[in-house]
Amino acid sequence: MAQAVTAPGAVAKRRSVKSIYPTWFYLPAGLLYVVLFALPTFASFYFAFTRWSLQDVEFTGWENFVTFFSEPQLRTGFINTFVYGFVTSGAKVVLGLALAVLLTSQLIGRGYLRSVVFFPVLVSAIGVGITFKVLMDPFDGLINESLSALGITGPAWLTDPQWALMSVALIDVWKGVGIATLIYIAGLAAIPQEYYEAAKVDGAGGWKAFRSITLPLVRPATATVILLSLIGGLRSFDLIWATTRGGPGFTSDVIASVIYKQYQAGFYGLSTAGNVVLFLVVTAIVVPISTLLNRREVER
Amino acid sequence: MRNRPREIVLGTVAILASVVVFIVPFVFIFLTAAKTPAEAAEFGFSLPIEWAIWDNLTTVLTVRNNLIVRAFVNSTVITVLSVALMVVLAAMVGYVLQRRRSRWNHVVNFFVLAGLIVPPAVVPTIWVMQGLGLFKTIPGMILIEATLGLSFCILLFRAFVSTIPKELDEAAWIDGAGPLRVFFSVVVPLLRPVMVTVVVVQAVNVFNDFTGPLYFLPGDDNATVQLTLYNFQSQTMSQWNLLFMDILLITIPPLVMYIFFNRQIVAGMTSGAVKG
Repeated sequence: MAQAVTAPGAVAKRRSVKSIYPTWFYLPAGLLYVVLFALPTFASFYFAFTRWSLQDVEFTGWENFVTFFSEPQLRTGFINTFVYGFVTSGAKVVLGLALAVLLTSQLIGRGYLRSVVFFPVLVSAIGVGITFKVLMDPFDGLINESLSALGITGPAWLTDPQWALMSVALIDVWKGVGIATLIYIAGLAAIPQEYYEAAKVDGAGGWKAFRSITLPLVRPATATVILLSLIGGLRSFDLIWATTRGGPGFTSDVIASVIYKQYQAGFYGLSTAGNVVLFLVVTAIVVPISTLLNRREVER
Repeated sequence: MRNRPREIVLGTVAILASVVVFIVPFVFIFLTAAKTPAEAAEFGFSLPIEWAIWDNLTTVLTVRNNLIVRAFVNSTVITVLSVALMVVLAAMVGYVLQRRRSRWNHVVNFFVLAGLIVPPAVVPTIWVMQGLGLFKTIPGMILIEATLGLSFCILLFRAFVSTIPKELDEAAWIDGAGPLRVFFSVVVPLLRPVMVTVVVVQAVNVFNDFTGPLYFLPGDDNATVQLTLYNFQSQTMSQWNLLFMDILLITIPPLVMYIFFNRQIVAGMTSGAVKG
């Protein structure tokens, strides 16, 4: 103590300020990351070009990728990935913002509504999947029974090839909209209330104020919601597997479910090629969108 | 005052809609879990004619040599240890990353974002784990969950560390504390709000994870709760009451966590989102 009092400058100088934040703090996390994440990712770029049984590796060139895009069911999975990613992401942006606006306005039961929207986030995808498989049952399910009570014949949802993918997307939105709403509520809370008061004085109505104040100023929140939901949606596996297993036929397969099916069938090389394709799809979509959203933000 | 009637009407409509959309499915899970097998198979949204909730509970817990109870233990061990590991490691990274400007920052930031975006390469990961003797083991699962959760935690910690005055760590440093001491006794206590968020979010994630155990921890020996549910679904298709009792049981821990920490989660998320 006495030392510190007599010569604080000397002590600080002797112990370089740099070592207060040592680089080795990166090491433990870095070790895990390199061994269990980076290494497998790099290895996948080799194994994707092989026929592989975990013991034997045979280099086969582009064969796996040719198979991937020539087999109709695998191609369906490729296209469905985009559809699923964009539909769920778009719906979460629109519904999340709408709910957040509603839940930040003066409203009775606001606290209750905020928690209830978030509840589905806490249930596992498998639990949600099984529950909705029953609720969406074409004949006895609660949804179609309610619809027929209103005189509407509901679709066969998860068992109809035309509806299966959209039905899973619908469940996904039900489960995930709570997170989007939470992010938007945080974004809306950061907008100064004076802007709305000024708009009111200038005679702008609710819709006008929403378009010219809310929408531009929640942009960072929108960027977060779009990116998070796209990353999740394009990689989505568990909900699809719990509800349709890619069926009926291959109509609701996505790349992630193809990866699992090929893995189960023992085609490890093909499964890994699927992984590489998924990697390319996710990066090709998320990286440009992320730079675009961030750049506009800076310009503003 | 002028808006009073509008508030009430809008609120009532929203509450009614929320009951239909969000409450009914949860009530449905509970009611089906309380029914007899025959009645549960009718998929009706009705009160059970015969309440079998206690029978169903004991059956689910004892089926296949208490598989669910063992799965609960496994899932709890995996969740607690992996979250503890990732929180400590990620806080260390987030702290140094925010405090120290160096040429490493770009590299580390790049890898953090890559960890968030890149889908894990499944079979090559199994290959690496087999090489290390970690495949199909609980320690292996813990390490995988910790690794895959790192990026998200680092981002939240980095954003939060920027709100802690740098003078605090420097004061402790000048008083002679070493880097570990500065971090664990000065910085970590101040990270508490964001720590709660990270712990709850990741605990729910790991506990609810299905894909991870499906690939890296297959088999009944080390079953996790989500896998029991998945296996029940394929094996006991006719016993919907047991299936829903299982859903009910494994949803309770995340729900309880959320109810306890609700306010703090939102606060922590907000501080991260606004400053991040």
